[in-house]
Parts: sequence; structure tokens; C-alpha cells
Amino acid sequence: MDVMPKWAEVVLVPLISLALAAILSALVILAIGEDPVAAVKLMVSGALGSTYGWGYTLYYATNFMFTGLAVAVAFHAGLFNIGGEGQAMLGGLGVALVCLFIPWPHWTLAILGATVGAAVFGAAWAAIPAYLQAKRGSHIVITTIMFNFIAAAVLNYMLVNVLRPQGSMDPATQRFPEAVHLPSLHELLAPLGISFSKAAPANVSLLIAIVACVAVWLLIWRTALGLEIRSYGKSGRAARYAGIGSVRITMIAMLISGGLAGMMAINNVMGEAERLVLNAVEGAGFIGIAVALMGRSHPFGVFLAAILFGFLYQGGAELALWTSIPRELIVVIQALVILFTGALDNMVRMPLERLFLAIRKSRTAKATKPAE
Amino acid sequence: MNFLALFDLSVLDTTMRLATPLLLACLAGLFSERAGIFDIGLEGKMLAAAFFSAALAAITGSVWVGLAAGIGASLVLSAVHGLASITFRGNQLISGVAINFLAAGLTVLIAQSWFQQGGRTPSLLTGGRFEPITLPFADAFSTVPFFGPIYAELISGHSILVYVALLCVPGTWYILFRTRFGLRLRAVGENPAAVDTAGVSVIGLRFAAVGICGILCGIAGAYLATGLQAGFVKDMTAGRGFIALAALIFAKWRPWHALWATLLFGYLQAIALRPDIIEGALGFKVQVQLLDALPYILTVVILAGFVGKAIPPRAGGEPYVKER
Repeated sequence: MDVMPKWAEVVLVPLISLALAAILSALVILAIGEDPVAAVKLMVSGALGSTYGWGYTLYYATNFMFTGLAVAVAFHAGLFNIGGEGQAMLGGLGVALVCLFIPWPHWTLAILGATVGAAVFGAAWAAIPAYLQAKRGSHIVITTIMFNFIAAAVLNYMLVNVLRPQGSMDPATQRFPEAVHLPSLHELLAPLGISFSKAAPANVSLLIAIVACVAVWLLIWRTALGLEIRSYGKSGRAARYAGIGSVRITMIAMLISGGLAGMMAINNVMGEAERLVLNAVEGAGFIGIAVALMGRSHPFGVFLAAILFGFLYQGGAELALWTSIPRELIVVIQALVILFTGALDNMVRMPLERLFLAIRKSRTAKATKPAE
Repeated sequence: MNFLALFDLSVLDTTMRLATPLLLACLAGLFSERAGIFDIGLEGKMLAAAFFSAALAAITGSVWVGLAAGIGASLVLSAVHGLASITFRGNQLISGVAINFLAAGLTVLIAQSWFQQGGRTPSLLTGGRFEPITLPFADAFSTVPFFGPIYAELISGHSILVYVALLCVPGTWYILFRTRFGLRLRAVGENPAAVDTAGVSVIGLRFAAVGICGILCGIAGAYLATGLQAGFVKDMTAGRGFIALAALIFAKWRPWHALWATLLFGYLQAIALRPDIIEGALGFKVQVQLLDALPYILTVVILAGFVGKAIPPRAGGEPYVKER
């Protein structure tokens, strides 16, 4: 029997963790001599007060949905994929190669090709750590961290020595051709009579991210493979006893995870920058960890948490623009969310469990009294 | 081709200085991981220490106050890690990730609030830095062929923290392998239940290990900001915490091997700064990116077990739960 009712597990615990992170963030803002209430107001108006703000919020959220899902799928298999950053970098490389070297007639075809390219490159980058974990027992957390650094070096080499157009000093590829331009939300919503900011980078990849959320939900909870992944994550030993191969599940889960992280590139590389730059991922791979923890590894939770972090990102940028609070405030908030929803989970959970146990005891005591 | 040029004295001298923060952080991780607490937050602790040491050294003008502040900041983060991973039995890796981000964000936030210089501290002047120490007779010996320059340039002329780091190697070896505390600390990383049965506090030992880890990371960070460079800049650790982690695996969690591993990785960093020397010695150009990635590639190869097997302490990463 569970100690806590389901709603407390799914809603109450994350909300309390979030509240703790928010309170501490407010204290940090106070400590550096700024007004937290004014800061929140500015963030809300900057991120949600206009279609321009929403366009950025949703653009960031699209990135975080992909990386959050990536971490979540690995979590379900009991694996901690810290390498989303590197996988997303490689995904960017895949997108760039697909967009630059294949003459696409139309963006609808190009986005399919780019999605495949991004997913294949991301998955390939996750494949080596996955193989080493499955076959040779090398700790996947350490190998994926190492692969983040190796990915940065690979990308640096490719951009500086291979893909950089001649005569350019900037370590970046040339602009993608006009045919692979992805329609922004402005262009998508205009035929429906909705006016959306032209300058905001949110684009059609948002829809793909939402499809990915649904697909991951179907995979994890509605397929046999999903059941295998979850049972392997709950107990590797029990799963092996049930005939679920650990090598197979580790590989499959990590390939899906890496593929999802790589797919982020269709949003930031193809949708926004329309060329591959050195620092394209900007830490979104790591934010995926916070998003997955906050969303309890459930695709719907990831969806909500991604939007929350998109809001924080855009709001943080506005804060940096209008006040003296640097953008790094968001990194602090992100750290606090990871700390409270991930590492200090038991700190929130233990007192709650005790509380619910006490309530249940007093209830059963009352219920049994008349029978005496 | 002239391979000897690769071991140019100036490169080796830089190696010593670049290896020092790696060595200190590596030994820090060694204490923590030998006690069964994974620590991927070395980077964050170093960064916090680097900022607070530079900030306090800039404010007070005393590098020793800075060092103390750096160690203090690192210890606070260690306490958070201990609270999360020992007391509340949370996931040690997630806690480490959180600590890294906490340090990355807070250092810039506080630096901006205190100094308004775009997330950096003012440059440290004399007194705010650890100055190079000339060892006795260095000048007199420098004319002696071969050994003279080695003594005068390579061994002498570093700041005190370099020598502290080097002394920490035998110190760590002695504590871990020749004292009762060290035996218990290693035991708690292998089989905490046995230590508990013997009536020794698992929690106490693990907190002690995490505390030592904090102190060493603090010194490492202080060295970065007040010895190697003159002040704090945003993200100045630049992945050194992770290279130290790699060195720890490379060294298979042993102190003397940690020294060799960090010297190797320090050498790779030093030679990467001098592409001219590499080209002169080998006759062809080596990509800088390859040199940057080499410590990580080597670590993956070691982890994969193709060249010797790196086996971590057995109880590493798992919170200890007393049987009920």
C-alpha cells in the first residue's frame, strides 16, 4: 500500500519542491539588493505579456521538451543521461549536413530529413556510452560527461576546419538555403487570422516537440517495449529474471534518449539560427535534467516543466535587459529546482509521508471505534 | 623531428602550475569517492572557492583571508552535498549536477552585485595573490648544468599552494593506508554495513570524507583565482573539475597514481598552449581540439576497460540504509 495518495505524489511533492526553490530564489534576489516582486512582474510581462514574449518562451520550451524527454526516457530505464548537451550538439551537426548538402525542394520534406539526421547523430553520440555501459559496465554518467566535452571538441573542429565558409572568421557554417526555412508561428498562424509576433523564433518544431511528447507517452505506457524499459528501470535484476535483456534495453533506451536530445537541433539550428554556430545548445541539454526531474519523467509533466523553464529563460533575459540582475539568475533557479526536486526529494517527501500516515491512522482509528 | 623539444622546460613549468588545481581536486574526489560518495560537483566547489577567495582577497587585500573564504565556500557546498546524499539519501549524481549549476550561477550573480564588473572580481594586486617562492639556493644552483635549471625553474619558483598540493599526495596516501581513520574510510566505501556492524558511524565517516573533499576543492579553487590567475572570471574552472574526475578514474582511485594522472593531463593542457612546439617537434600539426579532448578520450578508453580496468569503490553512489 502506498503511503501517500497519488495526487500528493504527482502534484503536491513537485509543487512543494518548486515553492522551496522559488522562496530561495527570492531570497537570492533580495540578497543582491533587488526586489523579487518587481522581478517576477517583469518576468511575467516580458515572457507572457506579448506574442513576442510568448514566441520566445515557446521557442525555449521546444528545446527543453526535447532534452527533457531525452532525460526522462533514460530515467525510465534507470539510466542517467547527462550527455544531452553533447547529443544535441551532434544533432546540430546532423541538421547542418542535411540542410547544406541535400537540395531540398520544400521545407516539409527538409524537416523530415533534418529530423532523421538530428536523431541519428544524437543517437549515435549516445550509442558509445550506452554500449560501454551495457557491455563493459563503464558508468554511463561519467562516460556521457566525457562525451559532452568530446562533442564540443568535435564540433569545434568541424566548424573551424571543415564547414566554415572560405574567408569567414566566424566559426559557423554558411546560412542554410531559403528552401529549408521553417515557418515561424507568425507564418503558421497568419492564415488562421491570428496575429503573432514576426520577430519571435518559435516555429513549427514546437508541433514536432508536442508530437514527441505524445509518442514518448505511447511508447512508455502503451507498448511492450515501454513496459520492458520501465521494469528494467525499476529493477534490473527482476527484469533479467523475466527475460528482458539488459544490453538490449540499455541500448534502445539510450538510443531513443540521444535521438530525442539530438532532435532539439531542428528547433535551434534549423528553425532559429538557420546555420550551425559553435555555442548553439546553450546549456539546454542540462536544463533537460531539471525539466525531467520536475516533470517526474512523465511526458505531460515534461511538457509543463519545459514551458515553465521557457518562461524562466525568456523572463530571465528580460530581467538582464532591464535590471542589473544578470541572466545567471536562471542558472541558480535551475540549480535549486534540480536540488529540491531531485537530490533533496526525500527531504520534502519524508515529512509528507509521516503526515499522511498520521491522517490515515486517525481515520482508521475513528472508523474502528463504533465497532467496539 | 626532435621529441625532446616536447619537454621544453617552460612547458614542464606550465605543466606543474596547470596540474596543481587538477591534483587538488582529484585528491578531493578521491577522499569522497573512497568513502562511497560520488562527487561530480568538484567543478562547482572549485568555482565557488575561486570566486570567494578572489573576492575576499580583493576586499581585504590578504590572500590568506581569501584562501579561508574559498575553503569556507567550498565547505558550504560540501555540506549541501552531504545533506542531500548522506542525510536524505538522495541521488548523489543529481546533487552534484545541482551544485555545479548553483556555483556557476551564484558566483556571477554575487560578483555582479559586489563589484559591478560583469561577473568578475577586480584584478588582484600584490598581497592579494600567492606569489612565487624561490626555494633556497635556486639562484646559486641555476648555473649547474642540467640539474641547475631544473631545480631553479621547474621545482623552485611556484606559489606555496603548488607545494601544498604535492605534499597532499603522500599525506593522502598516509591517511588512507596507514591510519585507522583511513581504513574505516575505505571500508565505508566498500562495505558500509560491515563498518556499521563494527559500531563505527557510517554517516560520520562519510561526512568527514565529504568535508575533506570540500577543503581540498577550496584550496584548488583558491589557487586558480589567486595563484594561477589574478582574480575571478566567469566559469574560470572551465571543466577542470571534470578533468580531475577523469584523472581520478585514470588513477583508479589511488593517490600516487592521481599525481601521475594529473601531471599527464596538466601536460596536455600545457602543450595545447604551445602549438608551435608540437609542430616543431613532430613535424606536423596536431589539432588543438584533439589535445583538448584527449583527457576525456583517454578516460573513456580506461573506463571501457581496454587498458586495465577501473573498478570504483563498491558501495559508491549508493546511500546507506540501516536495516530495520
